[in-house]
Amino acid sequence: MFKYFPHTKADVESMLKTLNISSIDELFKDVPESVIFNSDYDVPSYLSETELRNHFAELSKKNQELTLFSGLGIYDHYQPAVIDAITSRQEFMTSYTPYQPEISQGTLQYIFEYQSMIQTLTGLEVSNASMYDGATSAAEACFMACGVTRRNKMLISSTLNPNTINTIKTYLNFKGIEYDFINENQGEIDIEDLKQKLDKDIAGVIVQNPNFYGIIEDYSNFSELIKTNKSMFIISADISTLGVLKSPKEDGADIACGDCQSLGMPTAFGGPTLGYLATEKAYVRKMPGRICGYTHDLEGRRAFVLTLQAREQHIRRSKANSNICSNQSLMALYVTIYLSLMGRNGLKEVNNLSYQGAHYLYDQLIKTGKFSDPFNKPFLKEFTLLTNISKDTMQTALLENGIFGGVNLDIFGEKYEGLVNFSVTEKRTKNEIDNLVKVLEGLS
Amino acid sequence: MINYNKMIFELSNEGRVGYSLPRSSFNNYNIDDLNDNLKRKSELLLPEVSELDVLRHFTNISNKNFGVENGFYPLGSCTMKYNPKINEEMASNKAFRNLHPLQPISTVQGALEVYYNLQKYLSEISGLYEFSLNPFAGAHGELVGLMVIKAYHQDRGDFKRNKIIIPDSAHGTNPASTVVCGMEVIEIKSNDKGRVDLESLKAVLSDDIAGMMLTNPNTLGIFENDICEITKLVHDAGGLMYYDGANLNALLGKVRPGDMGFDVMHINLHKTFSTPHGGGGPGSGPVGVTEILSKYLPNPRVKKLDDYFYVENSGEALGQISAYFGNYLVALRAYTYIRTLGKENLKMVGRYATLNANYISKALKTAYDLPIPGYCMHEVVFNGLNNKDTDVKTLDIAKRLLDYGMHAPTIYFPLLFPQAIMIEPTETETKETIDEFINVMHKIAIEAKEHPEILKQAPTKTPIRRTDEVFAAKMMIFSYKDYLEYINNRG
Repeated sequence: MFKYFPHTKADVESMLKTLNISSIDELFKDVPESVIFNSDYDVPSYLSETELRNHFAELSKKNQELTLFSGLGIYDHYQPAVIDAITSRQEFMTSYTPYQPEISQGTLQYIFEYQSMIQTLTGLEVSNASMYDGATSAAEACFMACGVTRRNKMLISSTLNPNTINTIKTYLNFKGIEYDFINENQGEIDIEDLKQKLDKDIAGVIVQNPNFYGIIEDYSNFSELIKTNKSMFIISADISTLGVLKSPKEDGADIACGDCQSLGMPTAFGGPTLGYLATEKAYVRKMPGRICGYTHDLEGRRAFVLTLQAREQHIRRSKANSNICSNQSLMALYVTIYLSLMGRNGLKEVNNLSYQGAHYLYDQLIKTGKFSDPFNKPFLKEFTLLTNISKDTMQTALLENGIFGGVNLDIFGEKYEGLVNFSVTEKRTKNEIDNLVKVLEGLS
Repeated sequence: MINYNKMIFELSNEGRVGYSLPRSSFNNYNIDDLNDNLKRKSELLLPEVSELDVLRHFTNISNKNFGVENGFYPLGSCTMKYNPKINEEMASNKAFRNLHPLQPISTVQGALEVYYNLQKYLSEISGLYEFSLNPFAGAHGELVGLMVIKAYHQDRGDFKRNKIIIPDSAHGTNPASTVVCGMEVIEIKSNDKGRVDLESLKAVLSDDIAGMMLTNPNTLGIFENDICEITKLVHDAGGLMYYDGANLNALLGKVRPGDMGFDVMHINLHKTFSTPHGGGGPGSGPVGVTEILSKYLPNPRVKKLDDYFYVENSGEALGQISAYFGNYLVALRAYTYIRTLGKENLKMVGRYATLNANYISKALKTAYDLPIPGYCMHEVVFNGLNNKDTDVKTLDIAKRLLDYGMHAPTIYFPLLFPQAIMIEPTETETKETIDEFINVMHKIAIEAKEHPEILKQAPTKTPIRRTDEVFAAKMMIFSYKDYLEYINNRG
């Protein structure tokens, strides 16, 4: 017997008898003999729970938990204990997509609350129930822009995170959508280049805020240009910064997208996180993914249901705007709990603490004389500097002190040669920051 | 507590907090120093609540949900098996959970080992050469798998191959993924036995076929017994075979997709490999391919040299389809599951799942219309009641099951049968649970005849009753802000 199979010998015999057969294998008579797999898989033998724990204890030793000064889309923010306590409830964790609203109000209600919070943070009218991650939500936003405008070319800002750019490129390449890049100038988009490239073929323009370098760009003048051209304006924004920074709506965006990892999720080696997507109601029928709406049951009680499903793959099949089905629902619960706990004041405080720590570190690093700022632009919790310290020397010295930071951007391409990224969240103490600076100032 | 009826926003009271943050150490700096034109001006509609408020709120709404630990969950095509607790314990291990994806590879060897070995195990279980664990979900896996197929043909300079053959019984994601991948769908009809019709298949094969997507067992729970002919026909026509792994649970331990001639496939780790569905994700949809296709798998990839694991970004890859390693912690749960079962128990999964489904099929066909006779695999599809003289519909049967404390099966899918009821019991259910389900289904069949109004009214014992979906679609109230406007306008 095995703990996940409750079949006793007597159960199996009785069931076989009911079926008038003598072995389970007879049920597979439709399977051609030539494809029956008659041996054992070449995978290890089973482990008891204790052996499994020991195995993971060994694996854990091969990982190193570090003090993180790294960002670039995945941040080491504080996670309130309440989040794990609630998200681990089996009622949320083990249930399926809420297709039976009568017994899924828990899931549907938190999705509605999640949508409400994304709505207020972005300022746009409607959020869907979630996308996979920030990179794929940006790609789907581009599809949406093409769907709405019936045009077939995207303009992509060069200051987007390269992971986002690469994912968008893959999606657009395979779907057969053209794209071009808007040049950057001093770490920001060159608006003159945008003006030149905006023509009647352009379905949408996608930009990021804060951008890949951590710079908070001012997009005030973009929306009018883009709207005049009848294109869609897409802003990819780190959702947690929207507690203090201008919302995509205030910048005139038609679509907002990005990652929600910064709202209560662990770094988790990059996933799971959650991608958000929001737009105005005028475009909701071109929006991918599930959407939860408010309604009532037949006794007039408040109820929530999945709605406008005629957009989705299980109804529209080849005519759907997107193929997304499973999304990241449980991660939307992380976001909802986090924002419930933090409220607007907590969110502002998190941003301020991160801002303070990041600016303190920035000043200390500049003081060492080993780092310089190629941009001198406003930033929030992460920034990019130029350094002459060799990347191997820096990484080795930091690792010896249990620190990961000063991420070398040249792993993303030659244009980033010599640039390093530092990110500071509210979790980083003054001691940790001073220690980082101490290690770096001794290097050459 | 089942009558709890508040939204989190309605608990808000100005000044309450639910967080504790560190004291500021750097008072020389303040975010207000940012230029005004960069700052948010509009108000934020977020609640101000205490920690206990939050716990009570979410605990109370969770009680309106039905999870696998509440009761039987025979949702066809979704493989709602038990989600083991040890998987969760391993996934909460800080040594994995607190890793940054850009950390130097020397500091993430344990994480990479799990990734690498899981893809090896999946390759072995599937009879394919290599897997990428980066796709986030089943539909994402389909898209990436189709990208591999397209990349393969284009790499050979064969740009004409732009069509994917899909049976009419397929999941909706198959045609949707095909179109998102920039290819065309050719739908072929099933024969009267619910299987691919070989003549219809032959009729559409030509030099513009990129490949064929197939679920086996198909969505009727039936094994495509002509599978070897199908794969041969498609291969001879120059196409590749895509295996939709949604129903892989039936075959675990019995048949490997690679051995049936499939070239590309995805696996839903949240079905076959026991990771929780999470109310609609995060899932995980690893994609596996044959050796000649492996160079196209997406970046980043995890490779091994001697005993050292490393990350590779290859120029031959189809590109990136995610920022990092997909839903990594979901994959780690599936790894835990495979190590827990080991080769000894993995081979029994498909057998027990299939035994349970056939037992149900036999027991219910006296009352429910079984359109395709014979053995099923891990799930069975009925077409409503045998008794066609009642106006009780599949929807009513499903809703009545909720009153009996069981989750409904999948209904109205596959589309081939107008009153489809798709039942998948999985291998983790006891005979007692299954017998109880059978009894309840028979009771419902009798109720349908004697008291149809009970079924039309059902459910009555659930936290809410049937909902007004037309109102939801018409009013488009998608947020608390919309809700407040609706209430104010209503007066």
